[in-house]
Amino acid sequence: MDQQQVLLSVQDLNFKFTLRGQVLHALRGISLDVYKGESLAIVGESGSGKSVFVKCLMGLNDANGCVESGKILYDGKDLAQFKSDAEWRALRGHRIAMVLQDPMTSLNPLKTIGWQIREAVELHQNLHGDAAKKAVYEILAEVGISDPQRRYNQYPHEFSGGMRQRVVIAIAMACKPEILICDEPTTALDVTIQAQILGLIKEMQKKYDLTTIYITHDLGVVANVADRIAVMYAGDIVEVGRCEEVFYDPRHPYTWALLSSLPQLGVKGEPLYSIEGTPPNLFHEVRGDAFAPRNPHALKMDFVKRPPMFTVTATHAARTWLLDPRAPKIDPPEHIRALREKGRQLGLTKGEECANG
Amino acid sequence: MAEREKMLEVDHIRVEFGKKRHPFVAVDDVSFAIYKGETFGLVGESGSGKTTIGRAIIRANPLAAGEIRLDGQRISGRLTPAEDRQVTRDVQMIFQDPMDSLNERAKVGYIVAEGLYAPGRHYTEEQRREMVNKALSDVGLLPEFASRFPHEFSGGQRQRIGIARALILDPKFIVADEPISALDVSIRAQVLNLLARLQKERGLTYLFIAHDLSVVRFICDRIAVIHKGRIVELAESEQLFAHPLHPYTKALLSAIPQPDPIAERNKKLLVYDPACHHYEVDKPQWTEVEPGHFILANAPELDVYRRELQR
Repeated sequence: MDQQQVLLSVQDLNFKFTLRGQVLHALRGISLDVYKGESLAIVGESGSGKSVFVKCLMGLNDANGCVESGKILYDGKDLAQFKSDAEWRALRGHRIAMVLQDPMTSLNPLKTIGWQIREAVELHQNLHGDAAKKAVYEILAEVGISDPQRRYNQYPHEFSGGMRQRVVIAIAMACKPEILICDEPTTALDVTIQAQILGLIKEMQKKYDLTTIYITHDLGVVANVADRIAVMYAGDIVEVGRCEEVFYDPRHPYTWALLSSLPQLGVKGEPLYSIEGTPPNLFHEVRGDAFAPRNPHALKMDFVKRPPMFTVTATHAARTWLLDPRAPKIDPPEHIRALREKGRQLGLTKGEECANG
Repeated sequence: MAEREKMLEVDHIRVEFGKKRHPFVAVDDVSFAIYKGETFGLVGESGSGKTTIGRAIIRANPLAAGEIRLDGQRISGRLTPAEDRQVTRDVQMIFQDPMDSLNERAKVGYIVAEGLYAPGRHYTEEQRREMVNKALSDVGLLPEFASRFPHEFSGGQRQRIGIARALILDPKFIVADEPISALDVSIRAQVLNLLARLQKERGLTYLFIAHDLSVVRFICDRIAVIHKGRIVELAESEQLFAHPLHPYTKALLSAIPQPDPIAERNKKLLVYDPACHHYEVDKPQWTEVEPGHFILANAPELDVYRRELQR
């Protein structure tokens, strides 16, 4: 893992929005490295700032938001310093492309899909005329749309949801990007279609040596696609690690809560574990650990001081005081212990007795 | 099985949309029965007609054929005004998206109380307020919320408002149309627990419509799988998950995303191809292959399924 090349590095990023005179602290000091060729999943509930975070990477946030401090290093440049649209345009699509959530709204209903893909081909590959058209046919075939010649002249409404998402992926791929960001690529789709689209993205990733960043709240999707997972809560990354580490040996109480509340892991007839309360209001300053008020395992320390990132293994880190050597030993909920046991049996995690002992 | 009391019977219903001459058949020849106090799941992909069935039960979509009975009483077609009022009271619906299903210009108190204003019911202002307060506290909201507007609430709270609105008329039967698919993971558990608690306390019967099979397995007693307007398989939840027979059910089950990286990596996706059936000569029949397990199949297929079950 160590030899992997860091492609994009975010360092202590703070992002704020100004809304009617109030300041919303959307990202509170995020640091994250993205390695070349990996697929990283960012998990979190709505309002946790995961979309704001990836929009920062493309300069797509609304004009009332600004990077307050921190760096986004990519290709020798600091994206956080970008001011003009011209600077961003050299990057958007070309180097970093994005697949949005809802294919119903991310395509232009008044233009044929051929036109829409061709636009990207002409801009980014500098092809024109018949050459551009041919390139569009090739891309369409590649994303699994049969009969591209006929489909070229059709409008988005003539496509089903899954087909439309394929078109959106085709547009993203037409730019030949290095990083592909998928913002909830399958939430609007059926389970059967969802599996196909995820398969397609994975195939594209392998073929073009892409680095993909998924944003999702569906832990099933995450388990399917991710090499590494970053769990976000209230504008902060609370836990980051390899897929197996986060699923079989989670350390942050929020990750525990998320995994325990899944109906897949629940016992029928018994109430599901549920997280009480609501996420904090980011208009106010958050003191200590943002999850503490909803956390049954919260320590006194959690309400006072924001925990630093504690490393569990070289690839796994979590932001919770529970990992501090001075913290009392707290047993994770039953579900999590079962998961840990499973991970240990499979030999995926070292599974030493709670490192917080 | 037999001694259980049937609450709702859906009897060979057919729902059509569009022009009389070339109607689009959304639901074709669908029959099932829901027992008192159970949670019945209806699963299928979008466009399969699952919501149409739910809407047919609350009488929002007229039937082209067939009949729906509640406690043995016919509730479809033409009803007397008195019957009509009774059915409205007994059958309520919870909608999918709490962002869209609440009137954003009305206060929560009115939204929840709206059912009480219907003609033929006489309540004083005081009684209404009391009932609203009770409904709100039943779903875990504070009575003060009655004077606020929906936009002041989070998704999970709004869904609770939607549930309170359904509960205020004290229904027996609730159609829950994807009540949690628009909610966040951490909120889903809250709403599922609430629905389970209400069922226990009030002896409610649910029709739970969803496309997410993992949720359905958790809360439903029996599950019907619907494809293109026809139910293809119906069984007890665990039976369906342990021994799916119909190729479409198998494809659906194989596609469920599991929150387990190892299972996901070794997963084999099955794709359903309707061409695998040969129904030109031998029409499929709705048959019981084993007690409580129904499937849509023709004779040669049934043989295959039976052999599969014995294994």
